[in-house]
Amino acid sequence: MTDAPIEPPAGAAAASMPEDATPNGGAPEDAAPRFSPLHDRHVALGATFTDFAGWQMPVRYSSDLAEHHAVRAAAGLFDLSHMGEILVVGVQAANALDYALSGRMSALADRQAKYTLMLDDDGGIVDDLIVYRNGPDRYLVVANASNREAVAEALRVRAEDFDAVVEDESDDIGLIAIQGPKSLEILAELEGLDLHASAPEAASPGEALEALNYYRSIPGEYLGRRILVARTGYTGEDGFELYTSPEALPALWDALLETGAGSGLVPAGLASRDTLRLEAGMPLYGHELSAAIQPGQAGLGRTVTMDKPSDFVGRGALEAEAVIALEHGRADDYRVLVGIEATGRRAARAGYPIHATASGDDVVGEVTSGALSPTLGHPIAMAFVSPGWSAPGTPLFLDVRGTRIPATIVALPFYQRKAQ
Amino acid sequence: MSREDELKYTTEHEWIEAADSVATVGITSYAAGKLGDVVYVDLPAVGTVVEAGRVIGEIESTKSVGELYAPVSGTITEVNDAVVDSPELVNSDPLGEGWLVKVEYVELPSLLELAEYTAFTAES
Repeated sequence: MTDAPIEPPAGAAAASMPEDATPNGGAPEDAAPRFSPLHDRHVALGATFTDFAGWQMPVRYSSDLAEHHAVRAAAGLFDLSHMGEILVVGVQAANALDYALSGRMSALADRQAKYTLMLDDDGGIVDDLIVYRNGPDRYLVVANASNREAVAEALRVRAEDFDAVVEDESDDIGLIAIQGPKSLEILAELEGLDLHASAPEAASPGEALEALNYYRSIPGEYLGRRILVARTGYTGEDGFELYTSPEALPALWDALLETGAGSGLVPAGLASRDTLRLEAGMPLYGHELSAAIQPGQAGLGRTVTMDKPSDFVGRGALEAEAVIALEHGRADDYRVLVGIEATGRRAARAGYPIHATASGDDVVGEVTSGALSPTLGHPIAMAFVSPGWSAPGTPLFLDVRGTRIPATIVALPFYQRKAQ
Repeated sequence: MSREDELKYTTEHEWIEAADSVATVGITSYAAGKLGDVVYVDLPAVGTVVEAGRVIGEIESTKSVGELYAPVSGTITEVNDAVVDSPELVNSDPLGEGWLVKVEYVELPSLLELAEYTAFTAES
């Protein structure tokens, strides 16, 4: 065995954990590792840990395949304490976010959430975010762990000319996610969850949860502490993300595992989270997204509201790029994100080259994420390829450590859950 | 003595059971645990001449790729087809049914005892 993939802390992490490849991710090497409020729980559950942007987080508890399948068939519980939570509050909070982010945050209804991007002046992606509107003057911005500081700082700078305050609340807000088809029935049975103040018409919390649409949230109380229940996730399944104080997290975690045990709920680590999001065609910052990638390249043009009434950071660069493309066509180096499928069992991994032919010196792209899909049973990958090679059905070759494996471009996502 | 005590080990996380000039080779429980669920195993063909320290195969899990090194120089006399068909054997029984190859050798290199290997993994 090589040392690289199995030596801690790289451990299963070396080729595995996305953060290792995150260009601007991770804490300084000498920084003390950070621990989740649920760390004791993870240890007791026998978790294997990895460094995730400076945090010691569970990779898997027993088997990452079993955890993956549990989320597709029943439900999984994820500790996401490492994520960044930043509040933007003030009478001009909406205007500040319209300027700071790619989407039109002022158009969000109260309790609505939106997937959006923070861009830099060159139109490159600083981070991908979920923004929740929690009131007319109140937004919660959820950032990737590795980008928490950069996003908070950029929001502060970009909000300077607005009547809005930016507060990084990451240390005071904990997050766990319950994901999978059984999530609703499990959460509905959770004792101590009170959503009555937000949904007085609902006869029970379960009824309030059932009425909660995708990308909507509802505030409530859990054992007397504030909680935000959001129907969002990163697995391609139905599910909920639960924001509450770090002090309340262990009791919530224990109660959910106990409530869901009979329904097949298991604790799920970051390894399964990565294969789940890959099957669902969801990009991961540091792999599919970076400052060198513009939204259109990553298939995220829909998250950029070019016709916003107000200006926003990155707009000028994207407009200039569009003019050049119109006049000269897309340059060969304007690589675009695609899905790729192959047969057999050998998966291409991040960084592997993609060739046009079986033996020529003809690189046309590079893999950004890849795995043997646990659900589909064959290798899948996301990759950036030259525009001429991006049409579904296009044949090409994955260079898997010197062996070229025939593969085909396919439309994303690889996996989509059946309509309820 | 338990099976673990009887085996020899390498710093590349392989175990070796040597008898009558044939070494059976697999990866340790520690390595299997670190890799996660093994989904693909690539092994050399029977008859391949291998040299100690050289890469002779690959073990892939959902999340990572490990290379298999020859712990001893010699000739591959047998490969475990069961593990090629059912790579999960590497996780379920790494020291038994999850064995990988058998190598006919002339001389064994210096290998680690269990206590030495355990100390090595504790350090790393």
